[in-house]
Amino acid sequence: MPAFLASVSSREGMVNAVLAGLLLAAPLIAFTLDEPFYISLATRVAILALAGVGLNLALGYGGMVSFGHAAFFGLGGYVAGIAAFHAFDGSDFIVWPLTLGGTDQLLIIWPLTVLVVAVVAFAIGVISLRTSGVYFIMITLAFAQMIYYLAISIPTYGGEDGLAIYLRNQLPLGDSNDPLTFFFVCYGMLLLALFVSSRLVASPFGVALQCARMNEVRLATMGIAPFPVKLTAFVISGVITGIAGALFADLNGFVGPSMLSWHRSGEIMIFVILGGVGRLFGPLAGAALFILLESLIGGMTDRWQLFLGAILLGVVLFARGGLIGLLAGRARHD
Amino acid sequence: MTEPLLELKKLSKAFGAVKASDAVDLTLFPGEIHALIGPNGAGKSTLIAQVTGWMKPDAGEVRLLGRDASHLSVAARAKLGLGRSFQVSSLAQGFSALANVMLALQARDGGAFRFWAPLRGNAALREEALGVLARIGLADRADLPVSALSHGERRLLEMALALALRPKLLLLDEPMAGLGPEGTRNLTAFLRELKNEAGILLIEHDMDAVFALADRISVLVYGRVIASGTADEIRQSAAVREAYLGDALC
Repeated sequence: MPAFLASVSSREGMVNAVLAGLLLAAPLIAFTLDEPFYISLATRVAILALAGVGLNLALGYGGMVSFGHAAFFGLGGYVAGIAAFHAFDGSDFIVWPLTLGGTDQLLIIWPLTVLVVAVVAFAIGVISLRTSGVYFIMITLAFAQMIYYLAISIPTYGGEDGLAIYLRNQLPLGDSNDPLTFFFVCYGMLLLALFVSSRLVASPFGVALQCARMNEVRLATMGIAPFPVKLTAFVISGVITGIAGALFADLNGFVGPSMLSWHRSGEIMIFVILGGVGRLFGPLAGAALFILLESLIGGMTDRWQLFLGAILLGVVLFARGGLIGLLAGRARHD
Repeated sequence: MTEPLLELKKLSKAFGAVKASDAVDLTLFPGEIHALIGPNGAGKSTLIAQVTGWMKPDAGEVRLLGRDASHLSVAARAKLGLGRSFQVSSLAQGFSALANVMLALQARDGGAFRFWAPLRGNAALREEALGVLARIGLADRADLPVSALSHGERRLLEMALALALRPKLLLLDEPMAGLGPEGTRNLTAFLRELKNEAGILLIEHDMDAVFALADRISVLVYGRVIASGTADEIRQSAAVREAYLGDALC
């Protein structure tokens, strides 16, 4: 994967390759041992890591601490859920000015997710990015909460109870209901997002974005207005997290307001911080550790988050580069 | 008559009762160094902020290269050809010196909306960036992160970034600050050359440097330009001596 290694040191590249390899190996081993639960667990890791890859672009590289990415995650989920609901029901989504029914085709649902999330992320970004610091955190949270309560207040789509997806949405080739196939789909999406991220971050756009994080005054003085750069990054970031949401709804066969809640925003942020802010594979490391803790310690005690909190505290205090920083050393300067 | 690179017309800005800029008129012509001096609190920073676009004037006009720039953004003014250096170095700390310059060159040539090819891989841009660094004497520090550069080197990198834009005019905010005698001498020689490339509005506290370099000097006190003229005229102006220069220069 030379392209993945392009923007990181050779040691970090190795750590990244091992992480990607482990995530691929886990469900294959689970398959041979006939343990489908672990395939679904690995799929969860891939999807949540994907959501984190999205947030990392805004938070890690752009310095935009969004506490509202659950809005995009949940919206992606609702696009998948609502499309499937109408397809199952045979009813129409809207009848005027044109008739739009449901669909259970992922190749239609995904572009639709991109479109819906991009529009919403643009609207949220245009307003939120006029603020910074604590105000930015609060305003993104406020927008996410608005969408959360909107979802609760629409009884057609389940309101507080959410919406079940009875049959997983379909792919033209391959059976998405097969756990291993669906894992490969999610894993492929994750690799694609990582690849796109690695290119973006090293491109003139990505360098300008990072300059906006370090010193907006400098960027403007060079003749690059920071606002459009940050807004574009915010939209791309939201879209990636939105795709993760669509996959998550299909994995669970369910979408509900919990996907939009601020706990979810916090979780996605934890993946990024645990794994390493602004490190390409940080969200994968973070999501993997999160899920491992949840299933290992969570199996023993309900208070597993106590341990998560302790680890998070340790990372924030002693390992500023997160897990990736711990394994691969400091980020390269270039 | 040649057109001024920069023209301030009756520029005014008040903060409550304090007039930070009081109907300031000022011009900068090609090939000239125009020094702006004044005691602390004279309104120099406010004036700079209005020229560069961080602050909107209450009244009056900022004209850059013959056009009204009063409502242009900071980035748009930079695009027009206004380069600047900061009183306190303002750099992208996490990047190397080279990356800082390459981004500045990219901003000038193509802008930031290039999403795919890596910036570092652009060999032509890299060459040019190394050239800019060599010119300012930082070639051997190109790959160091800014955080590893000395104070003087950061001041020079500031200058390199301003030059990378191929500016038509430069606004230098105390470029000599903290440079030491040798650094000041070198920079003075450099600026004397540079003014033929880009007109320079120089804000500086080092009076030796100001009188050695400036073709014209304007003196700002309490937001007003109380005197404007050649170095000799300013030296002999009674009003200036009283307001600012003090007895030291008599």
